[in-house]
Amino acid sequence: MKSMIVVRVDKCLGCKSCEMACAVEHSVSKDLYRAIHESPAPRTRVSVEQGPGFVVPLQCRQCEDAPCVEICPTAALYRADKDSPVVIDHERCIGCKWCIVACPFGVISLDSENRTVIKCDQCFERVERGELPACVSACPTGALELRTLDEVVAEKRQASLVQIERGLGKEED
Amino acid sequence: MGKNDDAKEKSRSIDPASQAMLKKASDANITTAWDRWDGMQPQCGFGSLGICCRICNMGPCRIDPFSGSPEEQCGVCGANADTIVARNLVRMMAGGAAAHSDHGRDVAHTLLMAAEGEAADYEIVGEQRLRDLAEEYGISTEGKEKKALAKEVAEVAFSEFGQQHGALRFIARAPKALQEKWERQGVIPRGIDREIVQVMHCTHIGVENEWKNVLKHGIRAVLGDGWGGSMIATDLSDVLFGSPTPIRATINLGVLDRDKVNVIVHGHEPTLSEMIVAAARDPELVKLAQEKGAKGINLAGMCCTANEILMRHGIPVAGNFLQQELAITTGAVEAMIIDVQCIMPALGDLCELFHTKLVTTSPKCHFPGASVEHIEFHEDAALDTAKRIVRLAIENYPNRKPDAVDIPEITEDLIAGFTAENVYNFLGGRYRATYRPLNNAIIEGRIRGLAGVVGCNNPNVTHDYGHVEMAKELIKNDVLVVETGCSAQACAKAGLLRPETELAGPGLREVCQAVGIPPVLHLGSCVDCSRILVALCNVQAEGGLGDCLSDLPAAGAAPEWMSEKAVSIGFYVACSGVFTTLGTPWPVLGSKAVSDYVYGGMAEDYGGYFAYEKDPIKAAHLMIDHINKKRQALKLRPMMYEQQVAAAGD
Repeated sequence: MKSMIVVRVDKCLGCKSCEMACAVEHSVSKDLYRAIHESPAPRTRVSVEQGPGFVVPLQCRQCEDAPCVEICPTAALYRADKDSPVVIDHERCIGCKWCIVACPFGVISLDSENRTVIKCDQCFERVERGELPACVSACPTGALELRTLDEVVAEKRQASLVQIERGLGKEED
Repeated sequence: MGKNDDAKEKSRSIDPASQAMLKKASDANITTAWDRWDGMQPQCGFGSLGICCRICNMGPCRIDPFSGSPEEQCGVCGANADTIVARNLVRMMAGGAAAHSDHGRDVAHTLLMAAEGEAADYEIVGEQRLRDLAEEYGISTEGKEKKALAKEVAEVAFSEFGQQHGALRFIARAPKALQEKWERQGVIPRGIDREIVQVMHCTHIGVENEWKNVLKHGIRAVLGDGWGGSMIATDLSDVLFGSPTPIRATINLGVLDRDKVNVIVHGHEPTLSEMIVAAARDPELVKLAQEKGAKGINLAGMCCTANEILMRHGIPVAGNFLQQELAITTGAVEAMIIDVQCIMPALGDLCELFHTKLVTTSPKCHFPGASVEHIEFHEDAALDTAKRIVRLAIENYPNRKPDAVDIPEITEDLIAGFTAENVYNFLGGRYRATYRPLNNAIIEGRIRGLAGVVGCNNPNVTHDYGHVEMAKELIKNDVLVVETGCSAQACAKAGLLRPETELAGPGLREVCQAVGIPPVLHLGSCVDCSRILVALCNVQAEGGLGDCLSDLPAAGAAPEWMSEKAVSIGFYVACSGVFTTLGTPWPVLGSKAVSDYVYGGMAEDYGGYFAYEKDPIKAAHLMIDHINKKRQALKLRPMMYEQQVAAAGD
């Protein structure tokens, strides 16, 4: 995986701007004022969920060994290459919902109007153009970030070094 | 600086003076509204669509417009998108109506004090206007001297605010057919304040839930603005300070003078700015300015209070709404004197970076910060207070840092001061004052129709671009344009308010040249949108163009709207029958029912409705198409020079 969407849970206010931006990005017009009149209505691929004492936007983790890809009987779910996100070929999808059941995070849903499943495609077209995924750029507090695995790991290591230096011994979480 | 920086400034404003100051600001790391607007991106979709509700503490609630069935979703109380959107919209209407009307109340209060001799500095200049108004109010004028009559008129005007039943008096100015429409809808305002209070009550949790009725409460309040508060503000200002007459002046940041004490008066109410005009001419203060090393006192206006003193005294205008920070950024302003409305909170911190003193004068407007002086303005000591403020500006002159002064040497000439009343004289001549020639020009196809282009600036549209391009396109197509507020100032800066008419279509040009008026007429401040209503009533009453204002070949526009006042104006204009285009939509798109209504359906009830179109030229053509439809319905003659226009447009 080249990069992934990371959530800074402490920054999320639950405003759902990511949900709205995701739906607009996956609309025909890509314009909020027109998108809300589109039929079928564009749908979001990210959902802001309430946990105990925190809110968090959930979207596809783009699993390396993705159960949805494994289970799909029509090979509608696939990766273009090993660094790409898991995407759906809507022509092939028969809406059997196996992937929805198999997904450990509940981030695949059924678009019943279009009779296909939908999931986060990490806005691969935007990323190819050098833009951030719609949810990331819409987040008003910077709770969503697009980062490489290496960056995330490096930051974690640095943070843990600071903890060690301070003698706290334990990683804060 | 490189090309890209210029591109940034050009994308922010079409006005070269503003571009120059934006560049200065950006070089000096000074943030402006445009930077802050960038910082606010992306703006919240729920707010933009009007589907976020913060009215009670069970919330905040919001409706997901992409859930597939937003109609079925509800907030905690059970309000659906329609109710939430309508409640939010009418609260904006109420805010705008309150602002305009409170301005009207202040003018009425000043007139009353002047009449009672408690505000001796105010003269009651417009005696004829006073007598006309008294007759309209049914007050006998016979044998009454000016002050006694003014007292009676002021008391009646005052009573309109607290009136509890019946109808506002100026409702009678509307065509009968329009009054009947309002009657049918149950939206005739009883009292100005009452309808605003009713909006606040009805939108409280658990009161009015049916979206169309929610809108009616709002419409009633805004009709109480357009045909009440704003109209009183306009008429009583004309009584107190005299009706404007066409007057030449200059506009843009270049009116600031490097060698003089620059005083800018910014805000809305003429009660303050009129006195500042008098104080700035005070010989003693002029002398003091000279003693401090300046060549004199240079007063300029900003926003609508600028329009008030422009049209009555020819005081130059420094700029419109989005130029308030840029004026300070020149480094040449000794004091910015403010009263109420559209004064950016950012001015407080900005003035700290320069020597400029920000002087707040209204008990309704304060700023935090040490550089701000609060010198409260009261009518009974008006001139003394005004002199004190101007003196403070003069004494600040030596603190000016000459190195920090950059005044863009850009100004434009304009003519202002048109009113619904003096247009009679223009068109018909002094002895045969009438709207007939205007109606005839429309009927014969010289003038296609009338357009009111009004409203604010908003960084979501390139500054002035919306106003200027729309006005140009309209006049090119023989539409006579009337403007108020920041829109009039935008077009003035672009040279459209000069008597030269080369940009006008051939029919409009002929009329403008014959009568001696510019193709874009400056009708005053934003409360003076009421003048547009009265002018339309006069055109309708002149005959030949239908029974209702909605029959007229006329349209309105607010290409760069931003304030709640603009929402109020928009709705009182549309609910008086005028099709109106908006640069950006009302925040109602989250409700299909409400948006279908305001962007179409309401025409059945009121005659007018809205459209939104960001491109001002396309929006102008929506207006032109509408005007053409109305011309067809009235069976008016085809446009006299249609073919030439088509050829010229190639």
